[in-house]
Amino acid sequence: MRRTFVVHVEDKPGVLNRVASLFRRRAFNIESLTVGRTEVPRVSRMTIVVDTDDNGAKRLEANLYKLVNVLRVTDLTGDAAVIRDLTLIRVAATQETRTQVMQIVDTFRGRVVDVAPDSLIVEATGTEDKIDGLLGVLQPYGVLEIVRTGRVAMSRGQQSVATEPADAPAEADPGDQVSYSV
Amino acid sequence: MGNMRTGAQILWESLVREGVTTVFGYPGGAILPAYDAMLEYPVRHVLVRHEQGATHMADGYARASGEVGVAVATSGPGATNMVTGIATAMLDSSPIVCITGQVGSRLIGSDAFQETDVTGVTLPITKHNYLVSNVSEVAPTIHEAFYVARSGRPGPVLVDITKDAQQGSAEFVWDGSPVRLPGYRPELRASDAERRRAVDLINGAKRPIIFAGHGVMLSGAMDLVREFAERANIPVAMTLLGIGSFPALHPLNLGMMGMHGEAWVNQAIQEADLLLAFGMRFDDRVTGNVKTYAPNARKIHVDIDPAEFNKNVMVDVTLAGDLSNVLRELLPRVERGDRGVWLDSIAEMKGDSAVRDVQNLPDSGHLYAAHVINDIWRMTDGKAVVVTDVGQHQMWEAQYYHHEKPRSLITSGGLGTMGFALPAAIGAKLARPEAEVWAIVGDGGFQMTMCELATIAQEKVKVNVAIINNGYLGMVRQWQEFFYERRYAATPLLSPDFAKLGEAFGLRSATVSRRQEVEPTVAMARAEPGAVVIDFRVEQEDTVYPMVPAGADLHAMIRRPSPSPIVETADD
Ligand SMILES: Cc1cc2nc3c(=O)[nH]c(=O)nc-3n(C[C@H](O)[C@H](O)[C@H](O)COP(=O)(O)OP(=O)(O)OC[C@H]3O[C@@H](n4cnc5c(N)ncnc54)[C@H](O)[C@@H]3O)c2cc1C
Ligand SMILES: Cc1ncc(C[n+]2csc(CCOP(=O)(O)OP(=O)(O)O)c2C)c(N)n1
Ligand SMILES: [Mg+2]
Repeated sequence: MRRTFVVHVEDKPGVLNRVASLFRRRAFNIESLTVGRTEVPRVSRMTIVVDTDDNGAKRLEANLYKLVNVLRVTDLTGDAAVIRDLTLIRVAATQETRTQVMQIVDTFRGRVVDVAPDSLIVEATGTEDKIDGLLGVLQPYGVLEIVRTGRVAMSRGQQSVATEPADAPAEADPGDQVSYSV
Repeated sequence: MGNMRTGAQILWESLVREGVTTVFGYPGGAILPAYDAMLEYPVRHVLVRHEQGATHMADGYARASGEVGVAVATSGPGATNMVTGIATAMLDSSPIVCITGQVGSRLIGSDAFQETDVTGVTLPITKHNYLVSNVSEVAPTIHEAFYVARSGRPGPVLVDITKDAQQGSAEFVWDGSPVRLPGYRPELRASDAERRRAVDLINGAKRPIIFAGHGVMLSGAMDLVREFAERANIPVAMTLLGIGSFPALHPLNLGMMGMHGEAWVNQAIQEADLLLAFGMRFDDRVTGNVKTYAPNARKIHVDIDPAEFNKNVMVDVTLAGDLSNVLRELLPRVERGDRGVWLDSIAEMKGDSAVRDVQNLPDSGHLYAAHVINDIWRMTDGKAVVVTDVGQHQMWEAQYYHHEKPRSLITSGGLGTMGFALPAAIGAKLARPEAEVWAIVGDGGFQMTMCELATIAQEKVKVNVAIINNGYLGMVRQWQEFFYERRYAATPLLSPDFAKLGEAFGLRSATVSRRQEVEPTVAMARAEPGAVVIDFRVEQEDTVYPMVPAGADLHAMIRRPSPSPIVETADD
């Protein structure tokens, strides 16, 4: 099953490498990984999509916590979440097909962000399914180049994914709420 | 600015404040500033002969004492030579700190002389590592490195320090207050609901077994485990690395489980209705085929590292946390148990196979490794610190040396690193000078790190080295015997005359090939003030029994053939 993890990490050199290395070493296959700054200085946020089962997800989470620079791991799978992928698509568009292409893009709530004599660059965001759909209908016109960011995600509603580290420092008593057991 | 120091001085100021008195190392260009500054500090430096040896020594030091062991090397080849030792410490959760020199920070990335991306190379085999390129970071990084190495589930930490960070100067400020790392969670705590479930399972179990693993020692939970076992009358089986965590001669002690564990232990596991795993990680040498493993047993897993839960074996209750803390919480709720029926049935399984009294066997003129090890056990009263290498002799040690005390068997379990014993024994002896230290090592593994005999001689380290010389890479030969139709590809081994070799290093040495010579030679070694090397020429094609073939069902053991090779027959 595809799972989406949000991982907050210290923004230090090599941290991306540590996270990626962990996935490789533990034989988890990353389907997509995005990383960027957050609202908190020196904290980066990764959205990682990986194909694994429930038990794999628990072990992955526990292993991520073993990385000293990992602050917080949230498994968004199953939670109500806004999940988006951003894509740029260069699609062939001649005098004759241009209007059709633009209509399709419109239907998918995409935007044309650059126009050249024989092609357009389309920007679209949405779930991966929606973008796959857009790509499918553009295919017959000639998709010349695509770039996709991979998934970014945020849980819905009030609840924000905590940026601050999970509790349980060595000397504190974390109490009963901290449990990693099944 | 009264307290200006160079980075190199700050390194030693910091190490001394972390309690370091001994380091194992080898100098070179990129670490030279640190070596120069070292002369001003009260630290014993042990000059090794190969940096792998330095890491094993630090590891042996850590395992023998529970303190962090320290190894030092230069950049490039010095650091890469440490890789095997770091990986060894990683798999066995041993706290060591490796300090490596690195080329100047402005040269990083330029393929400078002796530049290797050491933090990159060691990333997957360290608990954590650091590249320090600024003098101001030296002290806080060392403090943090020691904290990470010893807290939670211990492990190796590497600190790579650029030459300019060693040479630069800064105000030395030591903040010895507890390290706080925002995301690091060395210890969790199980929920009360889970503790209750565990207690219910324990009190209701008819055929429970406690598994005492390495975590018992790492947690210092020996007394608590014993109290637990005695109160509930639950027999205790140990992993290889758990040996010593429960007294060998205690009536509830079953012995070692797993691939070369005793038959009755594995059989009891397969029949148990509850396994209580205390600080062990269900290694595949412990479980055999996981699909048929302990099929009737509910399983409670106590581990400080939740990433171990449901990794190899699916369990029913997981209790995250330091074993001592968990046991302290469980103990008051554990009811006194009788379990006489269960204990009797295990005693029955033991039956004759428990007769391992090799002492009483008639002397047929053959020298078996079991004799040697059993004699060493008897003569040292089970009180020596024994450091083994990897192979058949390692398993015979586990079977024939009965350890009463924690941290008295030091062995590479997870990585199975040949060459570990000799350097690790040096580390163990320096950590515990009062202890009698024996290295028990195969002829193969000995030759991997025998250069450290020079370290023993130069540093005057009193260790006794028992080479179990069977003329083969014995454990591999055994696999070839069982699984490759006795085609002994690349396992017969020519060795030098080890006694002459020992003498060449100025060490008293002896060769033993008859059983009656074992005792006097061991006595000689124990009485000798300096290190002694003994070449025990043992039976060449001897086999470790029982054996669960890799991946086979735990109860599908290859049993000692009858008449057993250790029970010599008349025509032997
Ligand atoms: C040739 C050969 C043959 C072998 N045959 C056998 C065999 O027959 N039987 C056998 O048992 N082994 C055998 N081994 C060793 C085996 O490979 C493993 O190394 C060993 O089983 C691991 O034991 P362990 O799980 O107790 O220790 P470790 O691997 O060190 O694991 C310790 C566990 O304790 C946890 N822990 C650490 N600190 C704490 C704490 N404070 N509180 C709670 N938990 C803690 C850790 O997180 C970890 O999960 C063999 C090895 C070799 C080389
Ligand atoms: C560094 C390393 N290389 C290879 C192996 C594989 N291996 C495991 S046991 C063994 C044989 C060890 O022979 P020896 O040291 O003579 O001990 P014996 O088994 O004969 O007691 C080998 C080669 C290993 N464990 N470590
Ligand atoms: Mg051998």
